[in-house]
Amino acid sequence: MIFRSLVAAMLLFTGAVHAADAPTVKASDGWLRVLPGNLPAGGYVSFENVSDRTVSIVGASSADYADAMVHRSSTDGGMGRMEMVDSVPLPPKGKLAFSPGGYHVMLMGAKHPVKAGDKIVVTFALSDGEKLPVTFLARPANATGPTD
Amino acid sequence: MKPSFSRRALGALLILIALVCVSGCQHEPQPAWRLTDVSGHLPDLDFRLTDDNGKAVTGADFKGKVTLMYFGYTHCPDVCPLTLTQLHVVLDRLGPPADNVRILFVSVDPKRDTPAIMHAYVNAFDKRAVGLVGSDADVEALAKRYRSAFTREPDRGDGAYDVSHSSAIYFFDAQGKARLLATPSASQDDMVHDLHLLTSLGAQP
Repeated sequence: MIFRSLVAAMLLFTGAVHAADAPTVKASDGWLRVLPGNLPAGGYVSFENVSDRTVSIVGASSADYADAMVHRSSTDGGMGRMEMVDSVPLPPKGKLAFSPGGYHVMLMGAKHPVKAGDKIVVTFALSDGEKLPVTFLARPANATGPTD
Repeated sequence: MKPSFSRRALGALLILIALVCVSGCQHEPQPAWRLTDVSGHLPDLDFRLTDDNGKAVTGADFKGKVTLMYFGYTHCPDVCPLTLTQLHVVLDRLGPPADNVRILFVSVDPKRDTPAIMHAYVNAFDKRAVGLVGSDADVEALAKRYRSAFTREPDRGDGAYDVSHSSAIYFFDAQGKARLLATPSASQDDMVHDLHLLTSLGAQP
């Protein structure tokens, strides 16, 4: 009896550790484009859903910006436009990149001047209730990616 | 005697015309463009706007420079920076001929884009970029002239709004003639290739 409770407790414990150590979504290569003044900045990042079910990105926020929104740009029919996106599904065991000209997180109203080289944390809300903090490297306006 | 003389004169004239044509063709060969050739289909570079130093400028002020015109706005965090960055990379790859190229970034958001904001914005991308602003009517007329379009989208509630706009890049030669059209997704290789040709057109040997 004692042994079984112990095993159950151990299983629960390892389960908890497992959940904390293995998030469903991993993020890498986060960077944002610094524009002059207080113009909104576009943030880009690569996501990988390591779980075997679909997980969606349902929101974004940053302590360094008044507002963060997930947007998608398109140039369909020769018109450049942006639309707000409520949910970005990441397929099971799949990857999806926020990249210039497509999905991006629009960061508005910097609470302090952000300059190239700074690191900014953007926290993404996932459909499974998890919060995913991601570090974004601030890059010059004419950067083409997270590194030169 | 007389008809034979005029026949010979006519023959000489025809040879002369042929020679002029041949040498003319050598001066202005039909370049093998990779981007979309719009020569003769779009009007010459012509506008009256204010540059990012607050100076009144016209299309004629850019005579002698190849110009790349693009409509956008500074509160555009994604597609406009992507396009301006791409043009910056293309001009760097072009090398010394890029000194004779100017990027003309025309704001379709006259309400928010002042010359000072445009100055900081364009220079963050490329020193060869010029920001151009004007009244709603001036910018609308220019966009219409090049069959470009833009629409102010509804306010997002906090005074912030987006502007949807044509994403084309218009290439004009050093005489201000419209020559090429590119989309932001055009390959950088093709843009560099065509800019080499465009900057060498009419260049002094």
